[in-house]
Amino acid sequence: MKLTLKIWRQKDASSKGQMVDYTLDGVEGDMSFLEMLDILNEELISKGEEPVEFDHDCREGICGTCSLQINGEPHGPDRLITTCQLHMRKFNDGDTIVIEPFRAKAFPVIKDLIVDRNAFERIQQAGGYISVNTSGNTVDANAIPIDKHAADAAMDAATCIGCGACVAACKNASAMLFTSAKVSQFALLPQGQVEAADRVQNMVRQMDLEGFGNCTNTGACEIECPKGISLENIARMNREYLSASVKG
Amino acid sequence: MGILDSKTPSGPLADKWTKHKNDIDLVNPANKRNIDIIVVGTGLAGGAAAATLAELGYNVKTFCYQDSPRRAHSIAAQGGINAAKNYQGDGDSHYRLFYDTIKGGDYRSREANVYRLAEESVNIIDQCVAQGVPFAREYGGLLDNRSFGGVLVSRTFYAKGQTGQQLLLGAYAAMNRQINRGKIQAYNRHEMMDLVLVDGKARGIIARDLVSGEIQRHSAHAVVLATGGYGNVFFLSTNAMGSNVTAAWRAHRKGAFFANPCYTQIHPTCIPVSGEHQSKLTLMSESLRNDGRIWVPKRKEDAVAIREGKLKPTQLGEEERDYYLERRYPAFGNLVPRDVASRAAKERCDAGFGVNKTGEAVYLDFAAAIQRYGKEKALTSGIKDPDKETIIKLGEEVIEAKYGNLFQMYEKIVDENPYKTPMMIYPAVHYTMGGLWVDYNLQTTIEGCYCAGEANFSDHGANRLGASALMQGLADGYFVLPYTIGDYLSDDIRTGPIPTDSPEFDAVEKEVRDRMEKLMSGTGIHSVDYYHKKLGKIMWNKCGMSRNEKDLKEAIKEISELRKDFWENVKIPGEAGSKNQELEKAGRVADFMELGELFAKDALHRNESCGGHFREEYQTEEGEALRDDKNFKYVAAWEFKGEPKDAELHKEDLVYENIELKTRSYK
Repeated sequence: MKLTLKIWRQKDASSKGQMVDYTLDGVEGDMSFLEMLDILNEELISKGEEPVEFDHDCREGICGTCSLQINGEPHGPDRLITTCQLHMRKFNDGDTIVIEPFRAKAFPVIKDLIVDRNAFERIQQAGGYISVNTSGNTVDANAIPIDKHAADAAMDAATCIGCGACVAACKNASAMLFTSAKVSQFALLPQGQVEAADRVQNMVRQMDLEGFGNCTNTGACEIECPKGISLENIARMNREYLSASVKG
Repeated sequence: MGILDSKTPSGPLADKWTKHKNDIDLVNPANKRNIDIIVVGTGLAGGAAAATLAELGYNVKTFCYQDSPRRAHSIAAQGGINAAKNYQGDGDSHYRLFYDTIKGGDYRSREANVYRLAEESVNIIDQCVAQGVPFAREYGGLLDNRSFGGVLVSRTFYAKGQTGQQLLLGAYAAMNRQINRGKIQAYNRHEMMDLVLVDGKARGIIARDLVSGEIQRHSAHAVVLATGGYGNVFFLSTNAMGSNVTAAWRAHRKGAFFANPCYTQIHPTCIPVSGEHQSKLTLMSESLRNDGRIWVPKRKEDAVAIREGKLKPTQLGEEERDYYLERRYPAFGNLVPRDVASRAAKERCDAGFGVNKTGEAVYLDFAAAIQRYGKEKALTSGIKDPDKETIIKLGEEVIEAKYGNLFQMYEKIVDENPYKTPMMIYPAVHYTMGGLWVDYNLQTTIEGCYCAGEANFSDHGANRLGASALMQGLADGYFVLPYTIGDYLSDDIRTGPIPTDSPEFDAVEKEVRDRMEKLMSGTGIHSVDYYHKKLGKIMWNKCGMSRNEKDLKEAIKEISELRKDFWENVKIPGEAGSKNQELEKAGRVADFMELGELFAKDALHRNESCGGHFREEYQTEEGEALRDDKNFKYVAAWEFKGEPKDAELHKEDLVYENIELKTRSYK
């Protein structure tokens, strides 16, 4: 198939960017979206032009590196996948595809389609852990039985890959889904409950400092999340936050 | 002993590690604050090591090329992690895990290291549960286990099909705790360009800030390399696009011996290649072999009809299918080790029984498991005389709970529903057992340069068993290296900070800048990927699942020529002093071009078949690997001498005091 691509080009963080049009022929349905961009880049390099830079690494939907706003949607039109798992069979010959970086004040553009997601790092550093030493001198793993449903729910929250689609999907660029996934994972497990109150307060404080917006419950984040992280996590985080605030 | 001293402690096998920990020197907590350690790579091994070292009190700097430590490729490990917990009461023990690992590795690993790994495996599970890793549990609230290839017990712990992700996020969380305390400085989107030695000791690195292009100097009292494997030398592999050998190779060029480079694991259950545009391959977890049965048609004409789209696999009856693993290896069946399963698939496809368009695929079929689980579920749900549809529906639900994310991944890539039609799989490069040679303390042949995880050669011999990579990465990182490194650093408590304005740093920085300038000066028309793909084709065709003398000699010549062409002609747009992904790739491919040649040289010298290394000249009449313990029971450690072809071989003889060397049999 033959496609028209409208791609955001930006030299670096301080330069002004713009949309640039490219046409690409010979695209096959079995190609992944990123393989399609590989081919575009090979063409650009052979013409002596600079290739389009984009973030990617594992190309199997788990590392969370790839991003891209495709036709206005984070990770494109398909559901429950990342951009690297999107295949060109979802598009048709003659389509025009608009490709932009994830847009959010807290995710400044580094170059072309690459954004800086260090704000997510700092939220995790503020409390996304259980304060246990890694000495190995802990109790036996089976000493504390954990209800299977709680363990499964913790696992569902823990599958967040930190890609930032939730922020890019949100009209307020809120990071509530991302933050709440980690808060929920630990709040659901006995090991995490000990410092749950401090954790939720510290992580939410950092989230606000980074300039992410608030949640207005539109649910766009849940729909666009490649891992299906549920909106229930935000409700759980709000409960945790409220109860931590009441306890003081 | 020769030049290679493994420093294996004396005494009975089961006491060595405890005795060693009691014997080694310690650094007192106040002095640890005066010691800096650089950790390159932040996957399971590097992330865990950084967290523990920081917690012990050292000042740690971490480096990773990704934008976050959470993105290291450990995250993609699916199936699970082994530990000799014996929670299932099926007779597991430290010894049995040790034995399985040595045997699985085809008797090419060091006994003492492997036993230590088995001992520490149980700590890992305790540690991870305490960190909030949500392992799968049974209804009673206790941890669940499953089986992996090459073993007869159920010792694999898992978190759905995302075990690597959950363990990595555990190590990442432990790192974050130390970053928050100021004990780790994390340099993300930074790549190690070279190692700096001062007076023969590793004292720092030259790094490149991948965003600004700035070249930086970082010093430390010791450098830990935990930079993963080199499977991307094949271009197509299950590794991440950025996975590379650069840190290990740079250290090799500075004096670290590279051990057993030809030991590569080709994983049997990957999604087959679909076309020339393919950029990477996707693994389907080995755990699928717990429930999936592998087959090809019995009759060649059926295979041809399937390839031409005239026949569907579901139309073939039981008697028309060849479950070749169950046929050849009745004792282990579909759960034979990876190298055996991969070669068996290749054998059937080469013989003309492949089932996709390219003839390079076999079936992995869940129909029998769906039936079995469906019937069981119907019974436990109190459904009497369930009809066919009910059984299939219930069975599919059980399969979905176990492997749902893998099935979804398959469907997205292949556009077929694996619940209804058997999956197609083919082997792909997945893991490299070879790596930098390390002694029992995980120190390379450069003083103060340590190596952990997949980047070292230590524990898996010539073939790694499933669910053992995560175990090794975390054992090295959390429980081994942070202690053994103290023995070395105890001499450094009065050294003070290492200056970066020394002639040694000047010289290495200049080398780095010159090399980048040379790469940027290519005058040809082809991109980095063009060369990388060419290298990959040579490696796959001539150094892949089976090797022979003629092919290997050709490979050495072809790689050397390709490397020359690359250095003269590779075309890199943009500039070196800013973000430039092509330049990043070029540096990595340049190192793969050298490693590839050493790889072929190593494979050529090893005149035997063992584990992942299969030489066509050395096989039994039934086509099984023919090992030569008399002549090759050693670790091949290569010393850099200017060009890969000039590398000098050093041998570490492997001593088996606790295990009898046998021909590996899974029949």
